[in-house]
Amino acid sequence: MAYSDKVIEHYNNPRNIGSLDKEDPQVGTGVVGAPECGDVMRLQIRVNEEGVIEDAKFKTFGCGSAIASSSLATEWVKGKTVDQALEIRNTDIVKELALPPVKVHCSVLAEDAIKAALSDLNAKKEQPAAQQ
Amino acid sequence: MNQPVYMDYQATTPLDERVLDVMLPFLREKFGNAASRNHAYGWEAEKAVDEAREQIAALIGAKAKEVVFTSGATESNNLAIKGVAEMYQEKGKHILTTPIEHKAVIDPCKRLEKDGYDVEYLEVDKFGQVSAEQVRNAIREDTILVSIMAANNEVGTLAPLAEIGAVCHEKGVLFHTDAAQAVGKIPVDVEAMQIDLLSISGHKVYGPKGIGALYVRRRNPRVRLVAQMDGGGHERGMRSGTLPVASIVGLGEACRLAGLEMKEEGARLTGLRDRLHQKITSELDEVYLNGHPDQRLPGNLNLSFAYVEGEALMMGIDDVAVSSGSACTSASLEPSYVLRGLGVGDDLAHTSIRFGLGRETTEKEVDFVADRVVGAVKRLREMSPLYEMAKEGVDLNEVRWNPVAD
Repeated sequence: MAYSDKVIEHYNNPRNIGSLDKEDPQVGTGVVGAPECGDVMRLQIRVNEEGVIEDAKFKTFGCGSAIASSSLATEWVKGKTVDQALEIRNTDIVKELALPPVKVHCSVLAEDAIKAALSDLNAKKEQPAAQQ
Repeated sequence: MNQPVYMDYQATTPLDERVLDVMLPFLREKFGNAASRNHAYGWEAEKAVDEAREQIAALIGAKAKEVVFTSGATESNNLAIKGVAEMYQEKGKHILTTPIEHKAVIDPCKRLEKDGYDVEYLEVDKFGQVSAEQVRNAIREDTILVSIMAANNEVGTLAPLAEIGAVCHEKGVLFHTDAAQAVGKIPVDVEAMQIDLLSISGHKVYGPKGIGALYVRRRNPRVRLVAQMDGGGHERGMRSGTLPVASIVGLGEACRLAGLEMKEEGARLTGLRDRLHQKITSELDEVYLNGHPDQRLPGNLNLSFAYVEGEALMMGIDDVAVSSGSACTSASLEPSYVLRGLGVGDDLAHTSIRFGLGRETTEKEVDFVADRVVGAVKRLREMSPLYEMAKEGVDLNEVRWNPVAD
């Protein structure tokens, strides 16, 4: 199967690889997927007082399309508000990366990773004491 | 050095130039039909076919008359399994095989199951082997056929053919082996190993694609088959269809060359394979060998690179042609059923790469590939959350994952 130029570009030059401190109250961490399924995505975001995503990092175990989807997701969420980030749909990722049908699940994973990171952040806000 | 470097010799092999040379006249002026008994064109073709039959038989210790030409190992397997099942159904409907056979054996067996046959899949050990004792214990009154591959196409594991053949003959059960990967690579002798039916592929031995053969024993016992292709009664009625003379001549020459060079080439490939393995493991931790450490094809190395998905790794070494047991490379999105059969976990199956070395593989290529693999695995591990977790001491088996429903 041939990859689109955009997938190859993200694979060769992934944006925002790395980690944020998961104990930081301003950082949300989302881990989705499973090793047995061949893909695990970890996406982290740091949200400032104004509710804007200042930074995003990812690490992904998965195929080229999974790496590209998560790379693109971090690029897209940066600078967005939490509400705007929640509007990112996997179909947008499919379109941008020209993913074939068998790779659509990579984009689903990326959308879920964004949501998981945001819900982790919400959980932290609701239980600040439990975190400390 | 050709690029991409070809390291997928278990998928197919290039046509040997020497094979092409002997084929060409039969694609040009020597176009006769081997079944034309009344003129020189036909005689010329028939003679060439007979010579090829001798060459193929010689490589496996058979008689020329026991070689039936087919379109490839898939057809040979279908003919052997379905042909025996149909012919011997009065005796019984029980067939023994393994879960790690090629699909060209599994799928005919599945078809027979639908038709009321009882197919039993013997469990293989962690190396991919079935023992003769397992076969002995599983044979019943109504067992008509045992089909076990000579060498596995994914992990290269060799079967104890002689031991299994001895048990089958002692019990009076026919023994078929899919030897597509083994013929021409390792010594195979149908007499010494007591094999009754054996499938051969042309394009796995540097011959042409679209040609294969089935060895069908004629004595002790005489194996009978119901033809699966009806027509002009070619190949003693077992496989009708005008013989593709050029391809047959090519398969014959390919077998002759393989027999001449097997010993030397086998030693050379074993050396290169071990060099590749050693170079990779000296630079990387958590690399696991799939298959048997020494009972394996000389040109096969199947490795799992923990925490790095196979397709992503192949993308990172795009100047090397290999294959992977990762789900992402298959249409089914399931990881390799062969690795699963060996008990390799799905997590490691997703990280497997098969390196297939062959006649044109050089030491320079091996070193190049080792470098590329090491570099790509290191880069991908740096971006793998699993590698980071493992390095932090997290037991990945204890983590509650969130698989995504598609």
